[in-house]
Amino acid sequence: MKTVPVSTTINGDAAEFICAPDETLLDVLRNRMGLTGAKEGCGTGDCGACSVTLDGRLVCSCLVLGVEAEGAEIATIEGLATGDGLHPLQQAFIDHAALQCGICTPGILVAAKALLDKNPDPSETELRYWLAGNLCRCTGYDKIIRAVQAAARQMRSA
Amino acid sequence: MRYARPETATEAVGLLANEAGVTRVLAGGTDVLVQLRAGSVTPDLIVDIKRIAGLRAITPEAGGFRIGAAVSGAELGEHAALCALWPGVVEGCNLIGSTQVQGRATMAGNLCNGSPAADAVPGLVAAEATARIEGPTGPRECAVADIPTGPGKTAVQRDEIVTSIFLPARPARSGDAYLRFIPRTEMDIAVASAAVNLTLATDGTIAAARVVLGAVAPTVVLVTEAATALIGNRPDAATLATLQAACSAACNPIDDKRGTAEFRTQVAGVLAKRATLIAYARAGGSL
Ligand SMILES: Cc1cc2nc3c(=O)[nH]c(=O)nc-3n(C[C@H](O)[C@H](O)[C@H](O)COP(=O)(O)OP(=O)(O)OC[C@H]3O[C@@H](n4cnc5c(N)ncnc54)[C@H](O)[C@@H]3O)c2cc1C
Ligand code: FES
Ligand code: FES
Repeated sequence: MKTVPVSTTINGDAAEFICAPDETLLDVLRNRMGLTGAKEGCGTGDCGACSVTLDGRLVCSCLVLGVEAEGAEIATIEGLATGDGLHPLQQAFIDHAALQCGICTPGILVAAKALLDKNPDPSETELRYWLAGNLCRCTGYDKIIRAVQAAARQMRSA
Repeated sequence: MRYARPETATEAVGLLANEAGVTRVLAGGTDVLVQLRAGSVTPDLIVDIKRIAGLRAITPEAGGFRIGAAVSGAELGEHAALCALWPGVVEGCNLIGSTQVQGRATMAGNLCNGSPAADAVPGLVAAEATARIEGPTGPRECAVADIPTGPGKTAVQRDEIVTSIFLPARPARSGDAYLRFIPRTEMDIAVASAAVNLTLATDGTIAAARVVLGAVAPTVVLVTEAATALIGNRPDAATLATLQAACSAACNPIDDKRGTAEFRTQVAGVLAKRATLIAYARAGGSL
């Protein structure tokens, strides 16, 4: 299959890669760009472990072709922390023990950040519906919800 | 597989027409990428329509809205005027998948994928929406109701693309609603669904109605007997009982792991009843 050159922006930096036309953005990020934060849980849009934003929209990177990234802006979990400083969401997940195995965590953090960017003060119902496409086999979700609420409170008062 | 990103609808149609092998139009990709991964389709050519000029726009037209074929569910839900005019259509579109899926999924893709359980389609048919389709001989208009022809089959030809869907203006005292049943609260495929679009007379009786069921037959079903039951009446218990019976009688469902035919038949009638009450309230009616 003929490969295609793609120019894009990842976490604010210009990035270029070459990929096959049927390669997913998730595979490009993980296998070509070395950005292994996004995980493959299902590959079919059901679990959200591969969540990234594409031009500011939360998407499953397993349901995006790498070639679709041409000219787009992508944000991944790797762009969440600033240098050594964790994002308040990341710190809250540690403080509230909102992860166990951690496979779902990058996707949930990216998804939660997308919600708080849009709505800094979501209700619990809004939060739970927003994250309904992010599956977690370990935590039972409650600690995740509490952690996002705590981070949201902190970010509002910051 | 090759990937093309045309900038005009004419170019897209030309690419599709000139490809001898298997082609797939790519909008949000939430069906296409799942099919690619499953190996259920192995296209020779993918035509991405998202960069075609105008396809990402929601444009007021003749008191209604023209919605470009590449507009995502999330964008529909953020458009306040569209939500105010056609709340039932938008709620059907917004039920599709998760936040992530909403960021990509289009209603034209939902329609063209041809699933009998597609959540955007009953509302569009109830609204008498029309699709504008670009083909080798230029554009044509087609009622959304005439597009699904069977599971996975539509009246959109392989060298055609839907470029927009038009939702018309509506009279005063109108309302619409969509409800589906799924075994959980999010992220599942409809077992049965119902869309209802009503216009009321000044005295609060129903002057016009369209009742459409999803997931209970090979295509969506427009139940004219159910609309007839509503017209001239208020949605009182007797009227709703007639509507429910008409809806159940129109069902021709399958049995599968999500629900038996008997269950689907029963639930479709119940959903139509509840959707009628929501549409009636949205139209400003009170019982
Ligand atoms: C996790 C998950 C959950 C889902 N949940 C639901 C749900 O609850 N309800 C539901 O109804 N669906 C659901 N779906 C299915 C899917 O998201 C919808 O059908 C969606 O609307 C498809 O739109 P799309 O833009 O992504 O289409 P695509 O995948 O891009 O295309 C779908 C089909 O339509 C064709 N097509 C697309 N656009 C056009 C066009 N403009 N002209 C001609 N042909 C075209 C494509 O070639 C393809 O055959 C779900 C999918 C996933 C992955
Ligand atoms: S890997 Fe993309 S949603 Fe599961
Ligand atoms: S922490 Fe293991 S899947 Fe969520």
